[in-house]
Amino acid sequence: MLELLSGFVQELRNAGLPVSLTENLDAMEAVQHIPLEDRDAFKYALGATLVKNSAHWRSFETVFEVYFSLRGPQYKINEESQDAIDEMWREMQEQLQQQGDGRGSSGGMDSLTPEEIAQILMQALLNGDQALMRALAKQAVQRFAGMEPGRPVGGTYYLYRTLRNLDLDGMLDKLMEASKQEVGGELTQLEERLERDEYQSRIEQFKKEIEAEIRRRLVADRGAEAMAKTLRKPLPEDVEFMHASRDEMQLLKKSLYPLTRKLAARLARKRKHGRRGPLDFRNTVRHSLSYGGVPADPRFKYPRPAKPELMVVADISGSVAAFARFTLMLVYAIQNQFSKVRSFVFIDGIDEVTQFFKGTEDITEAIHRVNTEADVVWVDGHSDYGHAFEVFWERYGKDVGPKTTVLLLGDARNNYHASQAWVVKEIRAKARHVYWLNPEPRSYWNTGDSIVGEYGNFTDGTYECRNLRQLESFVEKLA
Amino acid sequence: MPHRFDSVQQVRDGLRNVNYLADDGIAGVAYLADRLAKPVLVEGPAGTGKTQLAKSIADLTGARLIRLQCYEGLDESKALYEWNYKKQLLRIQADRNSDSWSEIHDDIFSREFLLTRPLLEAISAPDPVVLLIDEVDRVEVETEALLLEILSEYQVSIPELGTITATQIPMVFLTSNNTRELSEALKRRCLYLHVDYPTLEREKEIVLAKVSGITEHLADQVARIVRSIRQLDLKKAPSVSETLDWARTLMLLNADTIDAQTAKETLHVLLKYQTDIAKAAKELSVDLV
Repeated sequence: MLELLSGFVQELRNAGLPVSLTENLDAMEAVQHIPLEDRDAFKYALGATLVKNSAHWRSFETVFEVYFSLRGPQYKINEESQDAIDEMWREMQEQLQQQGDGRGSSGGMDSLTPEEIAQILMQALLNGDQALMRALAKQAVQRFAGMEPGRPVGGTYYLYRTLRNLDLDGMLDKLMEASKQEVGGELTQLEERLERDEYQSRIEQFKKEIEAEIRRRLVADRGAEAMAKTLRKPLPEDVEFMHASRDEMQLLKKSLYPLTRKLAARLARKRKHGRRGPLDFRNTVRHSLSYGGVPADPRFKYPRPAKPELMVVADISGSVAAFARFTLMLVYAIQNQFSKVRSFVFIDGIDEVTQFFKGTEDITEAIHRVNTEADVVWVDGHSDYGHAFEVFWERYGKDVGPKTTVLLLGDARNNYHASQAWVVKEIRAKARHVYWLNPEPRSYWNTGDSIVGEYGNFTDGTYECRNLRQLESFVEKLA
Repeated sequence: MPHRFDSVQQVRDGLRNVNYLADDGIAGVAYLADRLAKPVLVEGPAGTGKTQLAKSIADLTGARLIRLQCYEGLDESKALYEWNYKKQLLRIQADRNSDSWSEIHDDIFSREFLLTRPLLEAISAPDPVVLLIDEVDRVEVETEALLLEILSEYQVSIPELGTITATQIPMVFLTSNNTRELSEALKRRCLYLHVDYPTLEREKEIVLAKVSGITEHLADQVARIVRSIRQLDLKKAPSVSETLDWARTLMLLNADTIDAQTAKETLHVLLKYQTDIAKAAKELSVDLV
């Protein structure tokens, strides 16, 4: 047990969760008070002691599943360990097995055709029968995934194979049909929407069951340590902008909002506190009256630092679009920390998009308009930093002043066009600061057609901004 | 020291009896907090029953609830203790001639002249108490340090008096709306509980339990619509308390079933931003066409 737990904690640390020694000890103590056969309680006990940030919960869950969903009777590959947990799992599995067999109407599930399975699945989804759904998930994985021990394929491959055979998308429509018949007549539109949401969530749940089942089998095949490594999910703030999957994008979006709120609160505080200014003579004299004219309590002027003006110039061509989007969202979410924000987007032509953000509270909506309405293609729609900068300088160069901070966003992959780096030099001469943010890993810079070094020479700093964490720390520095 | 709870199930049932429907996570953490004698840091969106949890636990254990509402600028003299200066002055003036200096000195720094504030009161109380430190994310990072001693050792050090240790260990709940990252030191001392929006079934139960006279059918519909609305991309998703308000509104309007029209007309109870209302109304009325 002890060994299992310390392995578990090790893996949590590998996944990037900060688990301290005291928390580890707490966890050890906590599990003594929890009945081991109650898996949920066990999970929450570990969660409450080890994970102190809700954004990390997902990573924790994955690791937990890998470590504690181990070993059932049908996986003989694993030597059986004497732990109490294993005992418990085995029983649970057996129970499920029985249930599954009992439900499989005539003659067990193995003999069913795929159509019949689909039929049963539909019934299960229609009634929201949890146990049956779980049994079905097991069955489906066994039949459709085609898993072989020792095959070096990721879980997603098996997931894809299983889902392809089940046709869950079609299932939703069928379910809607069925529920209509059940009611006997037309549903009102509102009811229909609610029903749809309900089935959608049940199907999602079923998918999760399948995923869990595949994971269980993979763990049985390869062992927890190996699996934990392949299944390791980065924390939301560590997901790279350039390689985020659609799910990860969703997560990123969700974690961006609380992050901006925190950042804004922190910046506002920073502005108010700290840093003493010169002596405030009037105030000191006034306070000296209560000490009989002795200036015992000197007062100081607190400097109110000028808020910077910001100009964001972002490349929104395919490869770096996500990065530009997040930076714009972040900047606009904390725009009251700046006296003025103007934004420009380009691919090979450049366009100002500031007005899209004006008068709307909905940043997502504004970003959407940027993507659809901005006029950023000049010739062929391949990034041309040189031309974009030249036009920027021509049209908006006069607006760059000594208070302006200019942010240039992009990977500087210029498709071998002329760099026109003199523009950046000119901007720097006029502006307060010029920074370049690059979403590529530093080791890729200046390889191939990337000329970030050439531009970088003329900026006040080039920063690697691959994930939210790096972006956040940069923005904090800026304001 | 005897434990307050015997099992997770007991916590759960007990909370149900005082009309708080806990899920496994909540009951489990409350149980552990008692066993490990550790404070619980409760985080989650506004209006999901974080404060109510502490109140219900107090109800359940028959303990007195002591509440410290945090705000920016909270300091030692409002959270921990303060010397009663006026009384000290009176004391000095009363025996101006009789006592020697050292006697007065010892005398005016005794318990009699100490004003207890919530934190000190919680640990010096002889009867069982539940300490609720509400919205701890509102205090500055520096002020957080005030809490550390009491949270880990259940004691308060007063330079003039010495250390006051708790006679009994109170249950402590800290709530946070997550407007800023709390310090590692604080988090490390607490069990962490994230209270999120409830599942469909639990929300329905909550509505049934809290709104008297509501029909099962209506409660079910309320819960489902709220879930659909929460799935939209909103500035502020409806909280549990808003769901309850909405259910009560519907009761007052004598609605026994919700159609799109009633839903649209009462949306402002559920959502508090105009853009959100417009968005939700649009989503619901798209279905009307």
